[in-house]
Amino acid sequence: MGNLLTIRDLSLEAGPRTDPKRILDRFDLDLDRGEVLGLVGESGAGKSSAGLAAMGFTRDGVRIAGGRIEFDGTDLARASQSALRRLHGRRIAYVAQSAAASFNPAHRLIDQFAEGPVLHGTADTATAHEDARALYRQMQLPNPDEIGFRYPHEVSGGQLQRAMTAMAMACRPDLIIFDEPTTALDVTTQIEVLGAMRDITERYGTAAIYITHDLAVVSQMADRITVMRHGREIETAPTPRILESPQEDYTRSLWAVRSIRKPDATGAAEPILTLEATSAHYRSFRALDGIDFTLARGRTTAVVGESGSGKSTLAKVIAGLMAPSEGRVLWNGAPLAGDHGKRTRAQLRDIQMIYQMADTALNPRHTVRETLDRPVSLFTNLKGKARRARVRELMELIELDPDEFLDRRIPELSGGQKQRIGIARALAAEPKFIICDEITSALDQIVAEGILKLLIRLQQELGLTYMFITHDLATVEAIADEVMVMKNGKIVESGPRARIFEAPQEPYTKRLLASVPQMDAGWLDRARRDAAEAKSAEAPA
Amino acid sequence: MTRLQKLILSRLALGILTLFVVSALMFVGIELLPGDLAQQILGQSATPDTLRAFRAELGLDQPPHTRYLDWLSGVVQGDFGQSLASGRKVSDLLGTRLANTMFLAAYAAVIAVPVAVTLGLLAALWRNSIFDRAANIGALSAISMPEFFVAYLLIMLFSIKFGWFPTLARLDTATGLGDALYVTFLPALTLIMVVIAHMMRMTRAAIINVLASPYIEMARLKGVPRWRVVLKHALPNALAPIINVIALNLAYLIVGVVVVEVVFSYPGLGQLLVDAVASRDFPVVQAVGLFFAGTYILLNVAADILSILSNPRLRHGR
Amino acid sequence: MTLLRTAPPTAIFGMLVLAATLLTGIFAPLVAPYGETEIVGAEYLPWSAEYPLGTDNLGRDMLSRMIYGARNTVGLALLTTGIAFGLGAALGMFAALKGGWVDQILSRAIDVVMAVPPLILALMLLAIIGPSIPNMVGVIAVIYLAPVYRLSRAAAMNVVSLDFVDAAKLRGEGTLWLLRREILPNISSTLVAEAGLRFCFVFLFIAALSFLGIGIQPPTADWGSMVKENATLITFGDVTPLIPAGAIALLTVSINFIADWMLHRASGLKS
Repeated sequence: MGNLLTIRDLSLEAGPRTDPKRILDRFDLDLDRGEVLGLVGESGAGKSSAGLAAMGFTRDGVRIAGGRIEFDGTDLARASQSALRRLHGRRIAYVAQSAAASFNPAHRLIDQFAEGPVLHGTADTATAHEDARALYRQMQLPNPDEIGFRYPHEVSGGQLQRAMTAMAMACRPDLIIFDEPTTALDVTTQIEVLGAMRDITERYGTAAIYITHDLAVVSQMADRITVMRHGREIETAPTPRILESPQEDYTRSLWAVRSIRKPDATGAAEPILTLEATSAHYRSFRALDGIDFTLARGRTTAVVGESGSGKSTLAKVIAGLMAPSEGRVLWNGAPLAGDHGKRTRAQLRDIQMIYQMADTALNPRHTVRETLDRPVSLFTNLKGKARRARVRELMELIELDPDEFLDRRIPELSGGQKQRIGIARALAAEPKFIICDEITSALDQIVAEGILKLLIRLQQELGLTYMFITHDLATVEAIADEVMVMKNGKIVESGPRARIFEAPQEPYTKRLLASVPQMDAGWLDRARRDAAEAKSAEAPA
Repeated sequence: MTRLQKLILSRLALGILTLFVVSALMFVGIELLPGDLAQQILGQSATPDTLRAFRAELGLDQPPHTRYLDWLSGVVQGDFGQSLASGRKVSDLLGTRLANTMFLAAYAAVIAVPVAVTLGLLAALWRNSIFDRAANIGALSAISMPEFFVAYLLIMLFSIKFGWFPTLARLDTATGLGDALYVTFLPALTLIMVVIAHMMRMTRAAIINVLASPYIEMARLKGVPRWRVVLKHALPNALAPIINVIALNLAYLIVGVVVVEVVFSYPGLGQLLVDAVASRDFPVVQAVGLFFAGTYILLNVAADILSILSNPRLRHGR
Repeated sequence: MTLLRTAPPTAIFGMLVLAATLLTGIFAPLVAPYGETEIVGAEYLPWSAEYPLGTDNLGRDMLSRMIYGARNTVGLALLTTGIAFGLGAALGMFAALKGGWVDQILSRAIDVVMAVPPLILALMLLAIIGPSIPNMVGVIAVIYLAPVYRLSRAAAMNVVSLDFVDAAKLRGEGTLWLLRREILPNISSTLVAEAGLRFCFVFLFIAALSFLGIGIQPPTADWGSMVKENATLITFGDVTPLIPAGAIALLTVSINFIADWMLHRASGLKS
């Protein structure tokens, strides 16, 4: 039994009472004072609902179907609204996923900070303001004396997330719920925020429930980890033990992606696509800045960078969705028109794209058959029976049973199945080159692993060339032959995978590599030190 | 100049431009009549001589752009030309009627706006309660009734049955304020009933939209009481949509006035417009139409500017 | 049919009224005891077995005119809404897909139409081109095309930004395919829900114009002008003129109830 929080047999339900959907199913949780518990699981595992339930709070449409939530002797499942209100913010605080959306745009940060302490009577406004500055300083926010007087839209995402943690600390609560607090941040920003969060909870001995889908991140923050799936607890153990000897198959599978390795490419590299001094603009903003590179036939080139680095713009330019403002793109030595409407049918066929969000990449009003039949009829001369056979063959290529899936509508498929259909649609054109734009980032680990394996197999069978856009370095290690690092619309560094990972030359590449969360316990400390060094090296010489 | 000032100026400029475009289109529209105005008015049987004379009298022998500019410069000086039907100056016809129409619209607005916004707020606060559902059904029904139906129902009830209020709302310059409020009570009530329904529904929707934001959940998780969540966290962010709702409905009032004036024979602009359309008295149609369009555009521009001003992102923009 | 079972009582009431009105309108000549413009007796006769609702200001049977009115008023409102919806939705989707100057020109033109209050715009336009049924239908269709354009453009904008539209463009699909197969199926539920509301506006609008004497012209039977023609009876405490007005209100309430339910369903399906 935890001496701060004990949850027993907690079930949550949503939807109509006659046909409810279980969100949490007889869930147990124990937490001691000052302890940090990690809640890990894939999307839909019920971890956010569990975190909110630990506060006695459920979102609209969700109700407690049974069980106890005992916080320091009070059962929150049965507590009155006013009793809960007295606890919220004062003894249990919450840090939300998107700080930008969770700060009220109409009020200054410091006023939102002071609201809790003043309402709960733990401080007057002046004391609260003074405390805010002290906490902003401890959270390593720039200009801690002044930053609180800004409005949320005037502060960057990483800083807002730290300001929100400071706000959660305002009444020095016994427990903080961190709900995916760094998911929306870039990896390099994530390190600073994680570090500041850990420091402050350690300093005040605050207990925390840290919710995330990222095992590496949670292993830096938590003393113990609970793995969840489908609203149930799969396994709970101290962090070192769950990393070294997980008991359940499901827990082991969570980091399976890190075990894929593509066989090394052999033979001479023959150019298939070349960009010459290519730039692209959104109005006056230069999203691509003089890009030069050559892609080799039959290889996979990974394009890596944080948000805003220009990697998605690069994909659009090559696909013909955005015309370059300078430079040119050569396909097999011949220049490609900037606008897809001016490209030949053969060029359109050769270059295909697979998208990040399979949900929006496929028309939800079409069936699988319609989705695949259309490109087959446009790009090949197949008619009637041969065309139907080709559609079935495509389904077999992506390892989905044609009889079962062809007549389903897109919304009836799972995320991974949709992404496979996206791949089949690209293959339907019989392309030579496929741009993969963050295709696994919206998928759960196991599903992503399946997709990557499929792509590697297809490349070997069909001799495809891939350009793989991603921010996830684990994926890069798994699939790339060549790596290209981008920042601010420029190529920072490029080269063979092994060279980039083992001997990066540029400080930014080093910092990026150091930012990737690792499972071992000392990573965050190392990474913070490295990041500080690399950042000072990157500063204009 | 800050971004805010630029935005506001551009809205103002856009409003004025729209008014010009509308006035020009009205002019062009009449220009496109089969035959011309003189022919329209005098009919097929007019002799060429009378037509020519009449054209000269109307200034139709001038080229169109000259006539538009003449008309426009007249309008700016308050001269809208002469009524074809009565021969009187349009500006004389407009004078008191304009005041009457504004009086009626203001009468209705002063009562309708606070009531509707309060009802909308309450419906949003007590979402899915009996009150909310009843208010929704009531509002839907009220929206569905033609203004003249509401007006005649009120007459039937309050004038014929109870005899409390007059069936007709006749005003003249000698009527005092108290009498005017009494005489125009039924027309004002008609407008109020129609407008409240629209406004309440839109206010409710605006508040509910804001209440779904993550920062509202955050405030609740900080232990902020419900009334304070609504007043301090939701309302400042719902101001822009509510202001829009009010402006839109004030604009709607201006238009709703037309039918109500006809039912109660109220001497306002609406009735003047309807009579002028029936008798195809173009100078009057142009003048009254321009006034209604101008008020409508003005209200919309005001709503735009006020909602820009109430947006914290823009107000505190760097 | 499961759809009907989930409908709230208000929506069921709405559907019953709508069905009754449509049937009456379609079979008007069979149901009506007298002809549409037939003068059957003296003016303003009271209610009787012979003339269930009495006669009107010209001595025509009120009940028969109510029945023919259902056909004329509802039929014209349907026609007008249909034109406004077809054109507005097509133009809105087209503007969203093409963007750039096509969108600019169309959207600014729509802005001008929407800058003038609908009733005032209709009165002015009808003053110029003269009141007749085709003119009225055309004018109202143009006025109500504007909000449909805005709605369909906004809805289509959300769809156009999705990757499957990009994917279709990169396949080399033409404009017609993109509009018909990629965009329209994804905004149709929004449009259908809105159609009910818009029909109400159009219907009330035609009634108001006719009441003002500028819409449907005599001797055609129509609910709006019937109120106007017989309004004097009200001062004598006779409710007969309120019957056509009440019929307008009843039908509009009914359709609003149905539309409200459909909107509710459409928004529920999205989340």
